[in-house]
Amino acid sequence: MKQEFRQGLKDGIPIALGYFSVSFSFGILALAGGLSIFQAGLTSLTNMTSAGQFAGLQIIIAGGTLLEMAMTQFIINLRYALMSLSLSQKLSSEVTFWQRLVIAFANTDEIFAVAMGRQKSLTFSYMVGLQILPIFGWTAGTVVGAAAGSVLPAAVNSALSVALYGMFIAIVIPAAKTARPVLFVVVLAVLMSCLLYYVPVFSGVSSGMAIIICTVAASVIGAAFFPVQEEKEV
Amino acid sequence: MVYLYIFVMVLVTYLIRMIPLTLVRGKIENRYLKSFLYYVPYTCLTAMTFPAILYATESVLSALAGVITAVILAFYNKSLVTVAAFACAAVFVAEQFLAMI
Repeated sequence: MKQEFRQGLKDGIPIALGYFSVSFSFGILALAGGLSIFQAGLTSLTNMTSAGQFAGLQIIIAGGTLLEMAMTQFIINLRYALMSLSLSQKLSSEVTFWQRLVIAFANTDEIFAVAMGRQKSLTFSYMVGLQILPIFGWTAGTVVGAAAGSVLPAAVNSALSVALYGMFIAIVIPAAKTARPVLFVVVLAVLMSCLLYYVPVFSGVSSGMAIIICTVAASVIGAAFFPVQEEKEV
Repeated sequence: MVYLYIFVMVLVTYLIRMIPLTLVRGKIENRYLKSFLYYVPYTCLTAMTFPAILYATESVLSALAGVITAVILAFYNKSLVTVAAFACAAVFVAEQFLAMI
């Protein structure tokens, strides 16, 4: 039990380090958008999403509606439903209902990936160990970024503001390279997103809504034309 | 008001993760639903990145430097942190360069 926990902690270290550096830029953006350091840190601690928080921040800054916020979070974070589903199949039978409620909290892309890569069924001790450091890293990075953002030179802030986007590109490109259908839906998403952004007719569409429209439309078209053949790792 | 936004974010996000993990035990069988969910992360991340990244920095040119750097490194399967760090560095260097000319 103790050994499982320790192994989890160890596997979580690289995730935590990565999260710290990326959430740093979320902290900067959050503060620039008018959130306090506490609010930025609280958002990271309670959400544990990168894309979701990032889109949520845009809605807060734009003063969007709560419905728009809920819908955006739902669409963007919908993939976690699939991850939780896969994860549920791999959890040890000893994991109770209440323990599942805890594990669900920080089932992020990276934690999911590491957990699924483990050779044995997953215990509660291992999952908690795996999640603790990344949660800490994600929150601490945000707080440090928010606190340092105001004192850093403008040139550094400007440079750091592409960190999250860089991470997104790093997730998308390798998949688009190996799977043609992914390349197809990605190109489609870029085209639609640019269309909504640049064509004056669509200027009334908020950025949050644009993300939902592009995500759903490109994914539906992808699913219609290129339904996934067999079990895919998501 | 900000706390209300955060509350909605947390509620929706947690339920999405919690419900399948606690209630659903079987596997998703519908091929189209599976495919849709498989494409969602990629289309969503892409829609958030483009064209927004072009206007995230001080100038479109420095942002382009960041995009190109990130795409090249990602193409060679560099880690998330490496890609993000070098994209930032490229933007920084490009802006120093643009300030000189």
